[in-house]
Amino acid sequence: MTMPFYVAPEQMMKDRAEYAQKGIARGRSLVATVFDGGILLVAENPSRSLHKISEIYDRIAFAGVGKYNEFDQLRVAGIRHADTKGFAYSREDVDARSLANLYAQFLGQIFTHEMKPLEIEILVAELGADGRPDQLYHVAYEGTITDEDRFAVLGGDAETIAERFAASSVDGWSLDEALRASLQALAGPDRDLEPGELEVAVLTDTNGRRAFRRLDHEELAVRLTEPVVEPKTRTRASRSAAAAAAAAAADPPEDDPAD
Amino acid sequence: MGLFLFSPGDDPGPDFGALLRRQDPGPSPLLAGSPDPLTVRHGTTVAALRYLDGVIMAGDRRATEGNTIAHRAMEKVFPADCHSAVAIAGAAGPAIEMVKLFQTQLEHYEKVEGVALSLEGKANQLGQMVREHLPMAMQGLVVVPLFAGFDLRREEGRIFTYDVTGGHYEEADHAATGSGGRDARTTIKLGWQPAMSRDAAIDLVVKALYNAADEDSATGGPDIIRGIYPVVATVTADGYERVEEVEVAERFGRMVEQGFGGGGSR
Repeated sequence: MTMPFYVAPEQMMKDRAEYAQKGIARGRSLVATVFDGGILLVAENPSRSLHKISEIYDRIAFAGVGKYNEFDQLRVAGIRHADTKGFAYSREDVDARSLANLYAQFLGQIFTHEMKPLEIEILVAELGADGRPDQLYHVAYEGTITDEDRFAVLGGDAETIAERFAASSVDGWSLDEALRASLQALAGPDRDLEPGELEVAVLTDTNGRRAFRRLDHEELAVRLTEPVVEPKTRTRASRSAAAAAAAAAADPPEDDPAD
Repeated sequence: MGLFLFSPGDDPGPDFGALLRRQDPGPSPLLAGSPDPLTVRHGTTVAALRYLDGVIMAGDRRATEGNTIAHRAMEKVFPADCHSAVAIAGAAGPAIEMVKLFQTQLEHYEKVEGVALSLEGKANQLGQMVREHLPMAMQGLVVVPLFAGFDLRREEGRIFTYDVTGGHYEEADHAATGSGGRDARTTIKLGWQPAMSRDAAIDLVVKALYNAADEDSATGGPDIIRGIYPVVATVTADGYERVEEVEVAERFGRMVEQGFGGGGSR
């Protein structure tokens, strides 16, 4: 009779995590950020038809990195979840949080119980409405879910890209500013990314009921060559900052004793 | 509601109806052999016609329950997706449910597949839904939709009519269905011309619904006291657009000024 080798659980989890991380690191990265008119999603993706970014519901978008077949299966499952829920209840009852939780449970389940973990990381973004803020849920390969405030970076080189991105990120910036910063962060100092190597989409309120819109390569080329226009009103993201500034103006702080 | 994952051999693909059936096999054919047909709400007259930029679709606002008026401001014309419209006649409950399923199905397909269905594909889908409804239709709950849209590949408006068995037929220029469909059709047939302008086409369809209401008790005419006018929508290369009710009211007012609607009994 053969006895199975004993492997310590710590070791097993570590091996699986390493395996998943390696798989994810082989793919290209993705940046999602909040701008003054909504949410921007930028992925490095040379394919025009195998999408990393997709529409889930009226105000919800999906983005995935890693193995295409694995995250695409979850993308379709997400659309099914959202459409079924919206059909059974009401369109406004569909939210990103419950979907992100389902993804997290599924990924966690696979990570602990299956031989092979999924080599993917996914992002569920929801455009805020009626005073609710925009939401970015980042779900990692082992089911860890994080609720990001202003931006999220997914993929192998996430830490470096996030550092570069954080350095240039401004509260309430315009779409063009955010787009350029995303590109620079994804590309790094040694190379340039062409519109043909990118997949870009936005969630904005200007699109009617379905907030999701892809920016095609032609539009990207135009946006990247035109000079950046400073947004006239920084409304959305900087709302709290503006309120703080107004409060400060109404109630001036006492003179600095050092003056 | 969970995450719906299937093995490749068992996957419903982009078919939302098939997905729903996986979770719930559907209502059993209720009331089998019930002697009295149910008295349920019925929607009545809808019409569509082709014009220069695409198609126009319109419907009256009355719903009836037997010989009583059940609703005065019912909507019977809906956007199916951004480039097509669906109008319904028949039992209102199942008809509205069918429209909701149809809208969800078209959007579901588009999101899963990344491209929208062709107009022919959409018309076919609706036909399948009508056919699935046949057992209910046999018990008196007949639903007959009218489908029209702008075919982006052929760059023209197209109209499809249906029968209870789910058969769908493409109409050349115009169509009308429902209890007052016959009367509406006659008006449209007499006034229709190739490549009509938007103004002329809206006037014609409003006249057609007026004449249908004049002859058919189940069709509602313009209600000036309550300000209820037919729903009119256009579908062009730019998409579905509902004609403002104010505009329909103005057009109707102008037509009356020009002497339309005479010929009452002495």
